[in-house]
Amino acid sequence: MLKIFHWAAPQTFYPLAGKLWRPFAVLAAVLALVALYLGFFVAPTDFQQGEGYRIIFVHVPASWMSMVIYLAMAFWAFLGFTFNTRISGMMTQALAPTGALFTFLSLWTGALWGKPMWGTWWVWDARLTSELILFFLYMGYIALTSAIDDPRRADKAGGLLALVGAVNVPIIYFSVTWWNTLHQGASVSVTKGSSMAQTMLWAMLLMALAFWAYTIAMALYRVRSIILERERHTRWAQELAA
Amino acid sequence: MSASGHGEWSLVSNAHAAPAQRTSPIGIHCMLSVSDLSCVRGDQTLFSGVNFDLNAGQWLHLEGGNGSGKTSLLRIVSGFTPPAQGQVRWRGQPLAQTAEAFHAELLYLGHALALKEELSALENLQADAAIAGRSFERSQAVSALQRLGLRGRTRLPVRVLSQGQKRRVALARLFLQSAPLWVLDEPFVALDAQAQDLVAQAISEHVSQGGMALLTSHQPLLLRGLGASLRLGA
Amino acid sequence: MNSFVAVVQRDLRLAMRRKSEVLTALFFFVVVASLFPLGIGPEPGVLRKIAPGILWVGALLASLLSLGRLFSADFQDGTLEQMALSSTPLPVLVGAKILAHWLLSGLPLALLAPLLAVQFDLDGGAMQALVLTLLVGTPLLSLIGAVGAALTLGVRGGEVLLSLLVLPLYIPALVFGAGAVEAQVSGIGYAAHVSILMAMLVMAAFFGPWMCAAALRVSLE
Repeated sequence: MLKIFHWAAPQTFYPLAGKLWRPFAVLAAVLALVALYLGFFVAPTDFQQGEGYRIIFVHVPASWMSMVIYLAMAFWAFLGFTFNTRISGMMTQALAPTGALFTFLSLWTGALWGKPMWGTWWVWDARLTSELILFFLYMGYIALTSAIDDPRRADKAGGLLALVGAVNVPIIYFSVTWWNTLHQGASVSVTKGSSMAQTMLWAMLLMALAFWAYTIAMALYRVRSIILERERHTRWAQELAA
Repeated sequence: MSASGHGEWSLVSNAHAAPAQRTSPIGIHCMLSVSDLSCVRGDQTLFSGVNFDLNAGQWLHLEGGNGSGKTSLLRIVSGFTPPAQGQVRWRGQPLAQTAEAFHAELLYLGHALALKEELSALENLQADAAIAGRSFERSQAVSALQRLGLRGRTRLPVRVLSQGQKRRVALARLFLQSAPLWVLDEPFVALDAQAQDLVAQAISEHVSQGGMALLTSHQPLLLRGLGASLRLGA
Repeated sequence: MNSFVAVVQRDLRLAMRRKSEVLTALFFFVVVASLFPLGIGPEPGVLRKIAPGILWVGALLASLLSLGRLFSADFQDGTLEQMALSSTPLPVLVGAKILAHWLLSGLPLALLAPLLAVQFDLDGGAMQALVLTLLVGTPLLSLIGAVGAALTLGVRGGEVLLSLLVLPLYIPALVFGAGAVEAQVSGIGYAAHVSILMAMLVMAAFFGPWMCAAALRVSLE
């Protein structure tokens, strides 16, 4: 148990992250290629939606990742408050931009799908609306941590915000679903209307794994620059730069 | 007596003088212990390796130029800011574990006066005591304010008082609490000579009765009793 | 308990001596609610339909407006530090401040709402639902907003940042609050919505002051 804390020191985490991020990046690329091949060439044409539905292979995994990453951020924040480790705050900050990216990707692919399908760029269904609100939560976190000068205070404030957000995400999703079912207007759903063939599920799963590997790679890569910037007054960091 | 730090700002302390022989009304073996303290603000390390002990019946004067970290040190000792390194102990226990008990025995007066401009001096002290969970005797507050030369100004909203008068209202807290440890950040600012004497006397009295005081001041100090000086910065 | 009452008393006394701040938020509510008909058109049918949403959003924004002041004055004049040193736990004192804030901003909004509802031609039942949901919802908004106010204390651009942080978290309250009034208008009844609002209020009342105190201690570092 105590051995884990050995890796929690920025000085030891830095080289570990350095060794790990490249394999994950390669894994991400490979998985993505396989998933795209499955999704765009192997999976059958959807009976109702034609070829345009294929964007689901990016849209759904992106949505999944946007939520998983937020939970990961909350998890790291929780670790940070429990064990008072500096690396926890750095990891939370390293994850945030990737999370925001996937949320944005989910919204964008949702719009790209919606336009040919239903003629509108935006549809207020529960899932898309929740994604939009999640995007605001990410932006809020990034804005707050950028606005605070002191890095430790930024970590702690951001961590609290991430925890509050994580608790609220299910509540927000519940209320948006309620709101959506009550107002019969938006009866189209982004994922409704396509029964999933086996290959489709596989393609989505592989893409999700690809995104996951990409997230880990990006977070590890990003945390290295965060570590260097924060620890630039220590001897080990200066030796590294020399 | 005084001592100063060199290089890594560590205090070659002779504030380890024996505690007062007589039993003080506040309690024997009150002890504030600071070890290997360092403070980082943004890019700069303000100070590092600071050590000192403060026992009953002693005062410690923090010296240093502007920006040398005196206020930061006071805030770390009071438990607001966690130190970048090192530890603060109260009665032998780390601050994090004994925060509630520590706060009950601490009187902290910072740069900001902690006064509401729209309320009168009396209303301020009243609210202050009630919020801190202390009992309050109106007559005590009135006499404290009078002692500080604010007779006839106790009912006016604080915003019409001069800067020096406002500080005197804030300092009235010294006479209304019985906390053993006083942490005072620049208590003499904006006070005239008479008021400075008064406050210095109050601090000396407090220390001679077994209390402790940790303070910063740009002005030369006229405190009696067992005390030391710690210099931060070059 | 003494400290709790003392904090509420002090904040109320201060507000009474500086009434303009309290009244400004109320007038903001009135103005915003009047803007929508001017922007959309005076047709009664349309106005009746959008009234619940507009009045709730107006109350929400007015509440947001006063949040910036919740801790900033105490932070700047040093009274917040003294509160952190009190022998009474900080969450209790924070709860007191939030209560005072609600008494000065949320409660007046809820009481003023019927007057504005008249402008939108809402019937008695809908007005009742509106006031009830605002009475339950505005404390919820104060509790959630307080955490945001504590996190952005002393931060550059804090006021705008506060809105960005807090508005997404306000959405559940908005959905159920405005939804209750709509449900009343369409004959379903507001019971379910109000129960959910109350459940959220209870949860926020338990966790809000605690999280808020944690955020304040971070801001005091």
